[in-house]
Amino acid sequence: MELTSTWYLVLAAILFAIGAVGLLVRRNPLVMFMCVELMLNAVNLTFVAFGAELNDLGGEISVFFVLVVAAAEVVVGLAIIVAIMRRRTGVNADDISVLRG
Amino acid sequence: MGVLLQTAVEIPSVDWGGLTPLLIMSGGSLIFLTIWSLLSDRLPSRTPSVFTSLIGVATMVAAAIQWGRINDDHPQGFSTLAGAFGIDGFSLLLTGLIGSAVALTAFYAHDYLEREDINSAEFFVLLMLSASGGIVMAGANDLIVLFLGLEALSIAVYILAASHLRRVESQEAGLKYFILGAFASAFLLYGIALMYGATGSTNLAHIRDSVVALEDRGLAFGAMALLLVGLGFKVAAVPFHSWTPDVYHGAPSPVVSYMASAVKVAGFAGLLRVFNVSLAGLAEDWTPMFFVLACLSMVIGAVVGIVQDNVKRMLAYSSISHAGFILVGAEAASTEGMSAALYYLTAYTFIAVGSFAVIAVVARRGDAATGLEDFRGLAKSQPALALGFTILLLAQAGVPFTTGFLAKFFVIGAAIETEAYVLGVIAMVSAVVGAFLYLRIVLAMYGDAQGETEDVHVPITAAIVVGITVVFTVFFGIFADPLIDLVRDASPVLVGR
Repeated sequence: MELTSTWYLVLAAILFAIGAVGLLVRRNPLVMFMCVELMLNAVNLTFVAFGAELNDLGGEISVFFVLVVAAAEVVVGLAIIVAIMRRRTGVNADDISVLRG
Repeated sequence: MGVLLQTAVEIPSVDWGGLTPLLIMSGGSLIFLTIWSLLSDRLPSRTPSVFTSLIGVATMVAAAIQWGRINDDHPQGFSTLAGAFGIDGFSLLLTGLIGSAVALTAFYAHDYLEREDINSAEFFVLLMLSASGGIVMAGANDLIVLFLGLEALSIAVYILAASHLRRVESQEAGLKYFILGAFASAFLLYGIALMYGATGSTNLAHIRDSVVALEDRGLAFGAMALLLVGLGFKVAAVPFHSWTPDVYHGAPSPVVSYMASAVKVAGFAGLLRVFNVSLAGLAEDWTPMFFVLACLSMVIGAVVGIVQDNVKRMLAYSSISHAGFILVGAEAASTEGMSAALYYLTAYTFIAVGSFAVIAVVARRGDAATGLEDFRGLAKSQPALALGFTILLLAQAGVPFTTGFLAKFFVIGAAIETEAYVLGVIAMVSAVVGAFLYLRIVLAMYGDAQGETEDVHVPITAAIVVGITVVFTVFFGIFADPLIDLVRDASPVLVGR
């Protein structure tokens, strides 16, 4: 059985779905960040798979942009968590509920 | 790899003139950061606010100069940076709107930050950085550029939303906005990846040409749905609106001013350019999605907004409902619809900045007095402020002789013109229902105060900002032609490399 780019695309779709469901189900902001990272990396895999299929460098170059953005996002997210942690003891999305969602 | 090394790297030509609005905004923030870190104790404390306002005005001027240039030299608009950044009437109008939102917000933010004891310089730097992301979005001619602009815009706003360190609600708003925003960005990015796979490029001009020739539209269809999730989140359209009331409620009021105006403008810039211009060939596939989004946003924004008892939350729902009205213009997928959506964005930018400036003032020290009861008796203690807020609220309700009326009139007219009668009727009904929301606030202001309340202190800067937005709203509501001509000329074009 040959490993075509479809396999990678399916794997990426599964990873994306795991990340999306995880973000909705898990309550710890840190785990939620990890789920976002999983989603972004699933997209990276999609980009690379399409780039290989189309024989185009654009897909691989896009991955670099995504990596940089993901790093910047995590920095800000962790900073916000630290700011909240200073005021309270635990980080749990259910406890952060002054605003009624 | 060998191929890569042998080919000479072709450096794309850069049209620096077309990039001046972006360079002024982003360069202004970096220069200011340097100056302020060296000279912060020698300069007057109002410097950051004045500087940021001037940068906002300079961005508008630069956009106006480029506007004259595309009308003289390039009647269609042009693209630069190898077709990645488009300069046309559309991008320049929205750049000007973002610049004006920054100028107005920064102008009154100083007094707010002083009242709340917040160290102010970072606020203004982040405001300018975020706005430069918005300008990138307004001109993005490539999906990856759009994504980078969106992230630059959003990441700065996450911090701004969480920047009131003594308010628990503010950090909570920042965290909620961040997690849901990152979630939506991931969807947008997945949509970009699928669109790349379907068409072989992320360039919008290339996508426009190749989607119509696609044999199998399945992949492009999935990509469209994912792109709509990502951009629908940014413009706060139902069902991607759940963050809006909480974030508007928790974030510092000047930040909400900026979010309701510039962030919405940038979100719609991406949405309109991707769907109405680049994917115009697939309009019959995406108009049903827009139809559902527009209906839900208008109805839920109006109905749920009425039962709120916090003015910030009420206006959050009203901003959801306004997003629905703009989507009505986009749904028409016509030139009239595009002009109507742009007119709505122009009118709403000023109304939103002014409305939240009033809320920032009335919220008093602590930024917490935003309940409906805190607005009671405002007409007695601050008649001018109450009158200004009343005019802005009536404009949002769509009362004649304001830009708000014309905005609603144009989008509904665009829907009727494309025979979307159902959508037109739903828009009219929800406008009527929504009017009750604004009347509740007006009635509260002109009612009697209950018990002892702290006096509202109106800083001169906030008074000027509210004055400018009220004058804009009424003046262009009566003498409508200049603004209508402006949005007619601001048609988007996609020029490839």
